[in-house]
This record gives sequence, structure tokens and C-alpha cells, in this order.
Amino acid sequence: MLSIKNLHASIEGTPILRGINLEVKPGEVHAIMGPNGSGKSTLASVLAGREEYEVTDGEVTFLGKDLLDLAPEDRAREGVFLAFQYPVEIPGVSSTNFLRTAVNQVREYRGLESLDAVKFLTIMKEKMKLVEIDQKLLSRSLNEGFSGGEKKRNEIFQMAMLEPKLAILDETDSGLDIDALRVVSNGVNKLKSPDNATIVVTHYQRLLDYIVPDYVHVLYKGRIVKSGTKELALELEEKGYDWIKEEVDAAV
Amino acid sequence: MTTITKNKVTDLFLLNKPTNSNFVELRKAGLDYLESNGLPALKEEEYKFTQISKRLEQQITNFKSAQPASLSKVLVQKAIFEGFDGDIIVFNNGEFVPTLSIISQQNYSFSLLSDAKPEILGSIAKVENDPFVALNNLAFNDGVFISVPKGKKVEKPIYLLHFNQANQGQVVNQRVLIDVADSAEVTFLENTISLDEESYFSNTVVEVKVAQNSHAHYYRLQNENRQAIVVNNFVTDIHRDATFTSVATQLQGGMLRNNLTMNLLDSGCEGNMYGLYLLNGKTHVDNHTNVDHTKPHADSNELYKGILADSSRGVFNGKIFVRQDAQKTNAFQQNNNILLSEDAIINTKPQLEIWADDVKCSHGCTTGQLDEEALFYLQARGIGKEQARGLLLYAFAGEVMEHILYQPFQQYCTNLIQDRLGSKF
Ligand SMILES: Nc1ncnc2c1ncn2[C@@H]1O[C@H](COP(=O)(O)OP(=O)(O)OP(=O)(O)O)[C@@H](O)[C@H]1O
Ligand SMILES: [Mg+2]
Repeated sequence: MLSIKNLHASIEGTPILRGINLEVKPGEVHAIMGPNGSGKSTLASVLAGREEYEVTDGEVTFLGKDLLDLAPEDRAREGVFLAFQYPVEIPGVSSTNFLRTAVNQVREYRGLESLDAVKFLTIMKEKMKLVEIDQKLLSRSLNEGFSGGEKKRNEIFQMAMLEPKLAILDETDSGLDIDALRVVSNGVNKLKSPDNATIVVTHYQRLLDYIVPDYVHVLYKGRIVKSGTKELALELEEKGYDWIKEEVDAAV
Repeated sequence: MTTITKNKVTDLFLLNKPTNSNFVELRKAGLDYLESNGLPALKEEEYKFTQISKRLEQQITNFKSAQPASLSKVLVQKAIFEGFDGDIIVFNNGEFVPTLSIISQQNYSFSLLSDAKPEILGSIAKVENDPFVALNNLAFNDGVFISVPKGKKVEKPIYLLHFNQANQGQVVNQRVLIDVADSAEVTFLENTISLDEESYFSNTVVEVKVAQNSHAHYYRLQNENRQAIVVNNFVTDIHRDATFTSVATQLQGGMLRNNLTMNLLDSGCEGNMYGLYLLNGKTHVDNHTNVDHTKPHADSNELYKGILADSSRGVFNGKIFVRQDAQKTNAFQQNNNILLSEDAIINTKPQLEIWADDVKCSHGCTTGQLDEEALFYLQARGIGKEQARGLLLYAFAGEVMEHILYQPFQQYCTNLIQDRLGSKF
């Protein structure tokens, strides 16, 4: 479904991604871990189409299409969803209006009829239950004044509304307490199907108890330097990253 | 150059005196002022970003008052927006048109200035306020007087609708006096329609007295042709426990200068000034506001926001004057701008003069670009770039529109703004 080959990207002339290779098939869950500043969010942003990053080499195909060729909104409409590490507060834009606009533009792109207010609200209520998000939050401006946990929950709620094929969760677990983590993970798990895939970026093995990965990758200095199964995450939790850094730095 | 501007333009006006023989003293005050001071020279501090005199020299070829344009019921009908229900006062190049106006509500009285000869005319907007007040004194032919008697509420809004069309760059002079008596209530709407794309110079003075415990709202839209040169002097005297709210929206024009003054004359009164300028092309808009706190326990609130595209230019100058007597004043001022192009310019300046020691005053101004982070966030959810920009810009602008409490007019302005934000920007 997603195929990343030799992806290089830089920001303001500084190379950040230096040759990423990754294959993701439908139904799979991939975890990406790695020390701070290794390029995890950069990878997520490049996939979602953030313009500040310049792709200098490599290719990415998503469901047979050249992903890098598409505008950010078209990537979303094709089914890529990025849950932001730091969701943006947007005063003056109501959460509900924003979501209805988004859902209907995505539906239009997919050749589906747009939802009227009543249908939209019905679906919204249903998905709100899934992530146990409070109605009050959604009557406010988008993310404005939300706590960290509320913002993360809102990301998963948006994901539920948009029904992506590939969800990229960038540290959706960071800063969540155990209860919130359970709710958010439950939400993600309920949305999983044999047809869609998930990439979870995380620092904490804890999340992977709830969202069980098929593969775990370690990103370091802009490359995937180690891949394994969920046992690798346990090992990282126990030993930290130093042994991997040493291995890599010694090889250079 | 300085003296040329000062004398030449003034002289040209002096050659063209109005026919109406009333208002002798007012005209004399204007003449005296102009003979000794002239119109603002190039170096004049108050007009340094907005060179009206120079523009007049360049663009106005005939300093006579414009003759009436041909108007019709259809034109008036076209200018009425959806949901409007109220009275309409139509002006043709500055002169009241009885046949096209609809004055049907009982709770206020309407007359020509030349008939009513109200004593307070010229006592609220004084020649010392601004040279263009002096010029208006000299040049307006006749104006209108609207008074709301004590304790009355004018239920439906009064819509002041101007049609301007001046051949070969002529002049339009307007004079309006509003007197809202004790404990009365009224809402005004104002809009100006340019009938073609020719230059004109419109110099208007609106004086408003808001007497004790009364409430008045004034919602104004400026959406004129791209050649129009406009100076508007709007001065209000706000008395004890009275509230006055102005919401001014500027969408288009050549060079627009608005001097908005609120004199807070007693305790318990409140003056609110909201403004939105949404500019493109070469439109130049200058809002000079002035709040004068004279007595304790009065409030003023001010929020002006601007979105500037292309090579448009905005000027915001917000003066807050708190006199020694005016303890316990609350005065808030905010000016926020978004520049959408490298050629757009904004000059913004708060000007606070505070002589009392126990006051709450705050002011702030920001100028920035569209928030790229927010734009990406919306796009990443599947919203097209153009629409995402429109959503963000409207979110910025909408905060001003919320203060238009007459819903159909709010909707009308909102539609114009959204059209603009969705298409051009
Ligand atoms: N706008 C920018 N300009 C310059 N360098 C940047 C910019 N944004 C990110 N970087 C750098 O790129 C590198 C990778 O950052 P990125 O956010 O992708 O790391 P990360 O793996 O997600 O880290 P974290 O675990 O802290 O979230 C870092 O060294 C960071 O300083
Ligand atoms: Mg990150």
C-alpha cells in the first residue's frame, strides 16, 4: 500500500532524511521509534506533504500513485491521515464546521454524495463515543484552549471521521495518562481493518501493549537502522538507544 | 510644493461656493480656518501617510459640487440586501432625495438641516478637529437632521444609502446630524454605491449626539470604486450612561480616510469602535480613531483588523486620551493585520496620552502573514488550499463582524467578505 524508496529530504538546506526505505501492506501496524531529533516527525510530515521540506531524492508510492506528486489535501483525500505531534490551535474556526468541510471535500473527491447536517451529526455522535470526546470540546474553536490530552483525542476523533486507509500517528501517546491512552488506543484499534494500515511513531513501549505492532523500526540520523518485531521495542525500552547508536556510528 | 498644495486646492474650493444661503456662521468658521491653515500640506503629521491634498490635485479636475446623477427605484431596490426591513434615506451625490427615500417609522423625526436649523450643528465636529470639517462647513449645500426623542426606541434600522457619480472628478459634500435624546435607542446602517468608475472626492461629516442613558449603533460599509477619494469625519458626543458602537467595514476605494472621534463626556458611558479593512489592488485606507476620556468610570473598546493583499495600503492610528479627571477609565485597543503580499503595507500606531493615574488601559498591535502551520493542518484534513485560506482569513475577520448586531446587515457584509476571501485572495 505504501512503498518508500531511498527517501531523502532536507529543510532549509539541511538534510534530515537520508535514505528511508519502508514497505507497508494493508492490515499491518508499523511502529517507528528513535531518539529525539532523529527525523520521525520529518518523515511523517513529508508523507503528509508539508511544503517546508524539500524531497531531494527517492520516491513514495501510495496505492500505486506517486504520493509526492500530490498536494497535501489530495493525499488526505486519497486516504493518508497524519495525527499531528503538536495539533494546531485555530481560533475562530469552529470544530464542527471544519470537520464537515473536510469530510465533504474528502467524500466529493471519492465520488460520494456530501452529507447533510443531520446525517453528519449522526455520524459525528457515533464517532464521538468511540473516542469518548466531550460535545463541549467540539462546540469550541478548533483545538483552542484544549489540554494536550484533549488535542490528541481530537486527532483520533478526526481520524475516525475521515476513515483513512493509512494512519500515521505521531506521538499520539506522549503526555497521555493511562486512562486516556487506553481510550485513544481503543479508538485506533476499533478503526483498524484488514484494508488499512497504521504507522505509529512513539517513544514509549507502553503504547505498543495496546496497539500491537507487526514491525518495529528504529530511525536514527535520518535512516532506518534496525527493524524487528515487537520484541525489539521491549529491548529498546530496557536498554535505551545507546547500543544502536554505537553500532551505527562505529560502522560509519 | 507644500504651499502650492495648501493654497491651490483650497483656492479651487473657494471658487465654488454652495447655493444654499443658510449656515452663515458655520461657513464663516470654515472659511476662516481654511484661509489661515489650508488643507493638510505634505509634511503635515496627521496626514503624512495619506496625502489627500496631493491626490486631489492629481485626480480632481473640477472642484464644483457634482450635479445629481440619474437615479431610479430599481437602483435603490438593487442596493437593498436580503432581510432588510427598515427606513431608507437616499442621497444623490450628497443631497437628500425625498422621492426615493422611505421614512415610515414614527419614533424619530427627519428634516433637512436648512429647515430644522439645529443649534448643535457644528458643535460636535469642530473646525479645529480636522481641516476637512472646515472644508465641509464651507462646501455642503444642505444636509439632514435625524432626531430620536426622549425614551423612544426606533425599532427598525435607518439605512443611509449614498449614490455617488461625479463626472470629470467632481466633489460630493455630505452633512449629517444625529441627535439621540435621553434613554432613546436607534440603529443606523450606511453604505455608499459608486455608479461608475470615475474619480470623485467625497467629503462627509457626521455628527452624533448620544444623550444620557441612550444607546446608538452605527454600522458602516465602504465599498466604493477604485478611484474614489473619501474623507469622513465622524464625531460623537457620548453623555452619561450612554453607549455608542461603531462598526466600520472597508472593502474598496481609491484613498479612504476616516477620522472617527468619540468624546466620552461623562461617567458610565461607553464607546465601542470596531473596524475591518479587507484591501486589494491599490486601495489605500486610513483609519484615524480618537477616544477622549474626560470623566471617571467610562469605558472604551476598540478592535480594528486588516487583511491586505496586492499593493494595498492600510494606516491605523489609534489615539486614546485620558484626562486627569478620568479615573477608573477602562480603555482597550487592539489592531491586528495580516499581509498577504510583499507589496502590501500597513502603518499602525497606538497613541496613548494618559493623565489620570488609576486607569486600566491596554493596547496591542500585530502584523503577520497567514499562519502556514494552520493552513497545512487544514489541508492535511482534506480541505483544498484556497478554501483553507478562506476559512482562516474569515476566522480572523469574523471577530469584527460579530459586533454588527443587526443580523441581515451582518450577513450582507459577511457574504461580501467571504466572496472576496474565497475568490481573489
Ligand atoms: N524548521 C526546521 N529548521 C531546521 N531544522 C529543523 C526544522 N525542523 C526540524 N529540524 C531538525 O530536524 C531534525 C529532525 O527533527 P524531527 O522533528 O523530525 O525529529 P523527531 O524524530 O520527530 O524528534 P522528536 O522525538 O523530538 O519528536 C532535528 O534535528 C530538528 O532540529
Ligand atoms: Mg517528532
